[in-house]
Amino acid sequence: MATATTAGTERAALERTWAAPPGLLGFVRSAAHKAIALRYIVTAFGFFALGGVLALLMRLQLATPEARWLGPDLYDQVFTVHGSTMMFLFAVPVMEAMGLYLVPLMIGTRNVAFPRLNAFGYWTYLIGGLLLWVSFAVNSGPDVGWFSYVPLAGPAFAPGKRADIWAQLITFTEIAALVAGVEIIVTTLKMRAPGMSLNRMPLLVWAMLVTAFMVIFAMPAIMVASTMLAMDRLVDTHFFNVAEGGDPLLWQHLFWFFGHPEVYIIFIPATGFVSQIVSTFARRPVVGYPAMVLALVATGFLGFGLWVHHMFATGLPKLGESFFTAASLLIAIPSGVQVFCWLATLRGGRVLVRAPLLYVSGFVAIFVLGGLTGVMLAIVPIDLQTHDTYFVVAHLHYVLIGGAIFPLLGAIHYWLPKMSGRMPSERLGRWGFAVLFVGFNLTFFPMHQLGLAGMTRRVYTYLPETGWGRLNFVASAGAALLAFGVLLFLANVAWTLTRGPLAGDNPWGAETLEWATTSPPPSYNFEHLPVVENRYPLWADPHPRRVVTGLRTDRRDVLVTDAIDATPDHRHFLDGPSIWPFLSALAVGVGVITALFTAWGVVIGGALLLLTLTGWFWPERDRPEPGP
Amino acid sequence: VIRPALDVSALPSHAFGHRTTLWWGVVLMLTIEGAALALTAVAFVYLRQSFSAWPPEGTPPPDLIAATTNVALLLLSLLPMRVVERAAREFRRTALVVSLGVMTVLGAASCVLRGFELAALNCRWDDNAYASAVWLLVGMHAAHLLGATLENLLLTAVIVGPVEPKHYVDADSNAFYWYFIVGAWTPVYVLVYLWPHWA
Repeated sequence: MATATTAGTERAALERTWAAPPGLLGFVRSAAHKAIALRYIVTAFGFFALGGVLALLMRLQLATPEARWLGPDLYDQVFTVHGSTMMFLFAVPVMEAMGLYLVPLMIGTRNVAFPRLNAFGYWTYLIGGLLLWVSFAVNSGPDVGWFSYVPLAGPAFAPGKRADIWAQLITFTEIAALVAGVEIIVTTLKMRAPGMSLNRMPLLVWAMLVTAFMVIFAMPAIMVASTMLAMDRLVDTHFFNVAEGGDPLLWQHLFWFFGHPEVYIIFIPATGFVSQIVSTFARRPVVGYPAMVLALVATGFLGFGLWVHHMFATGLPKLGESFFTAASLLIAIPSGVQVFCWLATLRGGRVLVRAPLLYVSGFVAIFVLGGLTGVMLAIVPIDLQTHDTYFVVAHLHYVLIGGAIFPLLGAIHYWLPKMSGRMPSERLGRWGFAVLFVGFNLTFFPMHQLGLAGMTRRVYTYLPETGWGRLNFVASAGAALLAFGVLLFLANVAWTLTRGPLAGDNPWGAETLEWATTSPPPSYNFEHLPVVENRYPLWADPHPRRVVTGLRTDRRDVLVTDAIDATPDHRHFLDGPSIWPFLSALAVGVGVITALFTAWGVVIGGALLLLTLTGWFWPERDRPEPGP
Repeated sequence: VIRPALDVSALPSHAFGHRTTLWWGVVLMLTIEGAALALTAVAFVYLRQSFSAWPPEGTPPPDLIAATTNVALLLLSLLPMRVVERAAREFRRTALVVSLGVMTVLGAASCVLRGFELAALNCRWDDNAYASAVWLLVGMHAAHLLGATLENLLLTAVIVGPVEPKHYVDADSNAFYWYFIVGAWTPVYVLVYLWPHWA
């Protein structure tokens, strides 16, 4: 077993079994979790850049009073496409993609539970993103806000196809998000390395698990809502039409029953990044593992009890509003628990200050400020005063950029050595962070004051007499700096990929299993699946020697374990590369895009999907296996 | 230098029920679909407050004959589906093919009945918000019914051919999907068909 030759033969056999198929067709057929996840990440950052350009256009328009860069119609499209891109095409997909890359590595397995479904999710997401941006390019971008409120988005006030494109963008991105959610849950629960019981799971895996469950329960609400909206617009149903007994508030309830958990779907993975980074650079386990896990789970539940705080201005009964105020204040507690645990970890650790940790410090500072304005907005009288003003714009960007983008960029810096095999530049990383931090605060801090001074959201310009010019100019200058910071970050990534020094397996001296394999990991992740005996496996044993043997190397054999204790249960052959997920995603694409124009799209798409799914599930006769 | 600590070569290469990844995948899919159906049902109840009468004035309540027959048929179909499950877990191929065939026929019959149900809803989706919600609820479930029936058909075809153990696992999981379809429909039937008669 231990001789060099058998190890070499074994690696070669694993490589033959798990390697990606060659060529362009192979690219389309690939079902490897790392390849799919990296595609997701690259695509999501592409949309992030596009959404960022739209933000810059808005800041250009608002930099001075009565500017004429963008007209009102284009401005409406720009802020809608910006918001929709950032929420649906960047934030959620990129967080789930990090999970799809990291979870199998961190729990010690070879791929996700349903590799082909994973590929299908990516292609669906890509088609949805292209639909939005191609429509925008031909002046048909949605223009009713990322929340697409009725009656504005209904058939009476939004003629044309713009609102329909938003509704169908939702269909695509929700399918993709749900697929990724299912992947992460099943992989986490059933494919952990033997010995990694639930209470030994890394905090990031916990965060991804909670997030995935939130996806499963939140996304159906927006699917139902956007289906109703599309039907109201296409086949004259009356879900939101007051004249026929419909109710616009039904839209808001359904939308925010999804929309508020969505914030936590973006934020909770980020807390997972923070936990791993803090632990690595404080050189000690995060203080209060059980408290951290309970905080994550509590956030997951409480996140579903807050949605009405987006609707305080709609005249709902006061008693109901009080309940949601209480819940909104309550959720500050688990977030606070996490922040204090991180601080305690740093306080007692031998802290090594590196760029990822700087991003985390930026996260704590900004997120706490965003959290404070969040507590303010949870109070009904304050909310009524600041509703629909730039105060809310400031709040949401503090929470989302501070709470998600800073940890994400830190996470990319932190895991880039694993993903690429090369170390990023520390100097460029620090500069990038500093510029981003200053640029961010310069952009969004003045917006608090602008909101209190009465500047409403979604106005395409304002008069000089309002006195908003100076602060808006500061915000716009900050936006330019922020964009420069993003460029520095991307330059560092480019430098890493081309010139970065080789990283080795575990450059940061971290404790989780992904650092036990080579950088980048081989197609099969681990030559031998590890056996876990400790919550911090690599600190207990830097080169795990106790491993699983007996998995086949000539088929894609993985180990399925018990959901709680991760005791070995049975072996399972995973599906390999296939063209059918791509074709199925195309079938969905044809159906949904046809449904923009006629309800027959559902029938056409359904028939095509049936054909492709039959192809997908039809047994491959080329590798018979002996019967039971 | 590695130290083999756990030899898994003797473990089986398949399992049934909650031990498998497929079962968990199906459960999560059903959670998603169940959540969507439940939210639609909540929307239906929510829309009740927009009307003084239920069903709204001028809209007769739906006919019960086809719908009730269909509920009975679906509940009855649980029995052959139980046979599918048993046959799959015991790798009894003939029994599996026959029971899956029976299920395909029953599913098709239920789809046909659903067609009669839609014709007897006594409203069109564009009449009013009540009618829209009724059509969406019944239609959503019909999509599942059709999907699962086609799946039964496909599985029958697969199991007739050269078969691997994993296809028995597929058939077993599909039984679970069917239980969901029947289980989810019963409360929706009460809501859509019986509630307007009481109200």
